[in-house]
Amino acid sequence: MSTAAQADPAAPAGSAGPLAHRRPLGDRVFQILAASAGALVLVILALIAISTSQQASSWFSTEGWSIFSVDWNPATNSFGAMAFVYGTVVTAAIAIILSVPVSVGVALLLTEVVPRRWSRPIVTVIDLLAVVPSVVWGLWGILVFAPWLQHIYTSVGSAVNGIPVLGALFGPPVSGASFFTCGLILAFMITPIVTSLSREVIATVPAIDKEGAYALGATRLEMIRGAVWPHSQGGVVGAVMLGLGRAMGETIAAALVIGSSPVITSHLLAAGYSMPAVIANQFGEASGEFRAALIGLGVMLFVITIVVNLIARGVVERSARRQRGA
Amino acid sequence: MTAMEPPAVDLREPAGWRRSKNQIATTLMVLAFVIVLIPLGFVLFTVIAKGASAISWAFLTGGPIPPNVVPAGIGGMGPAVYGTLVITGLAAVMAVPLGVLGAIYINEYGGRGPLARVVRFMADVMTGVPSIVMGLFIFSIWVLHFGYSGLAGAFALACLMLPVVIRSSEEMLKLVPDPLREASYALGATKSRVTLTVVLPAAIGGIVSGALLAIARAAGETAPLLFTILTVTATNANVFSGANTALSTQIFANATQPFLGAQSRAWGSALTLIAIAFILMIVARIVTARFTRYSR
Repeated sequence: MSTAAQADPAAPAGSAGPLAHRRPLGDRVFQILAASAGALVLVILALIAISTSQQASSWFSTEGWSIFSVDWNPATNSFGAMAFVYGTVVTAAIAIILSVPVSVGVALLLTEVVPRRWSRPIVTVIDLLAVVPSVVWGLWGILVFAPWLQHIYTSVGSAVNGIPVLGALFGPPVSGASFFTCGLILAFMITPIVTSLSREVIATVPAIDKEGAYALGATRLEMIRGAVWPHSQGGVVGAVMLGLGRAMGETIAAALVIGSSPVITSHLLAAGYSMPAVIANQFGEASGEFRAALIGLGVMLFVITIVVNLIARGVVERSARRQRGA
Repeated sequence: MTAMEPPAVDLREPAGWRRSKNQIATTLMVLAFVIVLIPLGFVLFTVIAKGASAISWAFLTGGPIPPNVVPAGIGGMGPAVYGTLVITGLAAVMAVPLGVLGAIYINEYGGRGPLARVVRFMADVMTGVPSIVMGLFIFSIWVLHFGYSGLAGAFALACLMLPVVIRSSEEMLKLVPDPLREASYALGATKSRVTLTVVLPAAIGGIVSGALLAIARAAGETAPLLFTILTVTATNANVFSGANTALSTQIFANATQPFLGAQSRAWGSALTLIAIAFILMIVARIVTARFTRYSR
């Protein structure tokens, strides 16, 4: 479309001159090819929504509102998802709380503190963290990390037992594979993405703002609080939400270290379960209604992560636009 | 003529509490990086320590994969290594050309038009779709009708890679300066010719390195493969039909086994998988360093 529009002013007015010739067929074919490749993204997203909801429809129709019950028992054909939704939210929240201060700290370190030649190796380390596959985190988590944490949990659990709030959160029963272990591993896994997105946002803060702050005699911390933070706040919130979406959808590591127990409990050190984890663990032996319920969990997960991502991308875009305008 | 005395300005760091606060903040940032290093070092150390003893040429190429109770050192992960390479390769063959084409559409044709903006935004959203959902999607749309196969696994991985390739390629195309395009138009070239022979070669370094990173991530994915290829123990040379296997799904199956032989095979597979991902990442770095013409 734009080629024709660009070529037009060059053509002699009112006459079909040599420059106003029709675009060759190959050119148009290539444009259509490229457009369809782009549209494929929309087609795939639509197909995901349609095909999975279709497979899950029997779960939604037979269970009705009891899909939100706590009772999950394949033997009695009752499939309530609430325990898994709870586990997903709790583990993702733990991951975010643990990961965000570290990620934003490293992002600030990279952009504001270290000289350029030092930032490369630091970025490499963060990239390495991103390249470790989920299943390797899970393997390490269940065979090495969880047994080690078990000792710590046991002593923490007996120390806080009976204390009002802490006892409810960290008291016994404790298990090496638990909500908290899962949250920790998810935190390791989302740190690279939150770091690199925050860093991108922080890097767009205009140098003139920072220099202004320094010229007024600000220390580096005061400069960050006065010049960097107001500028990048929105973008960092978006980055954190994208991390949240990742943490909620992370499957294999969670399936291995969460403890596989569908309960709703305030005890963070106890075994739990999450939506992606139960799909990965139980899909193999599922059929009929059971399979429909697991695919239905996938649909719920898809909807939740899409909503989180839409909001996050919206926040990032809005803050980017505001910065361009400023 | 007497030299003017410059006005006395105290450029030293402010003293007292403000300075201490600043130093505490800087220390905390460095500490954050150290905290990142600890789990990474811990994981890499464990995987190398436990995996290195399991890995041998026979482990990487031999087969079939023995049952869980068999002690370490017998049989090999050959079928899984083959499966991982072939399935990931097939996924790359599908996702990389389509992703680059999509990026060309967004950057060269769509511009600020509504469809291009929607596609760009949705590609971003699609990168956030959990990998297990991709597995369920391909299960519903393909496996239920045509059965388990390496191809189905490749479809799922390709769906994961596509938005990543689109976004990274688009970033690279954006860096190609407009005068390059305008010069080619001035010579009378058509848009497709300009794109394919001028813009694409100018950005190819970044595009290839972005694609390699996407492939590295896909090679380690487990969740999309679980319900699309199943997990068998013998090599299935035909990637287009019949159940297959991959390193990642083998690790998942072996991780929860109490048998030391199975665990050792899991560690060996983990090391192999990490090595594959690292090699791809290093190649991507080399490509970036040698073939990138325009960078940020």
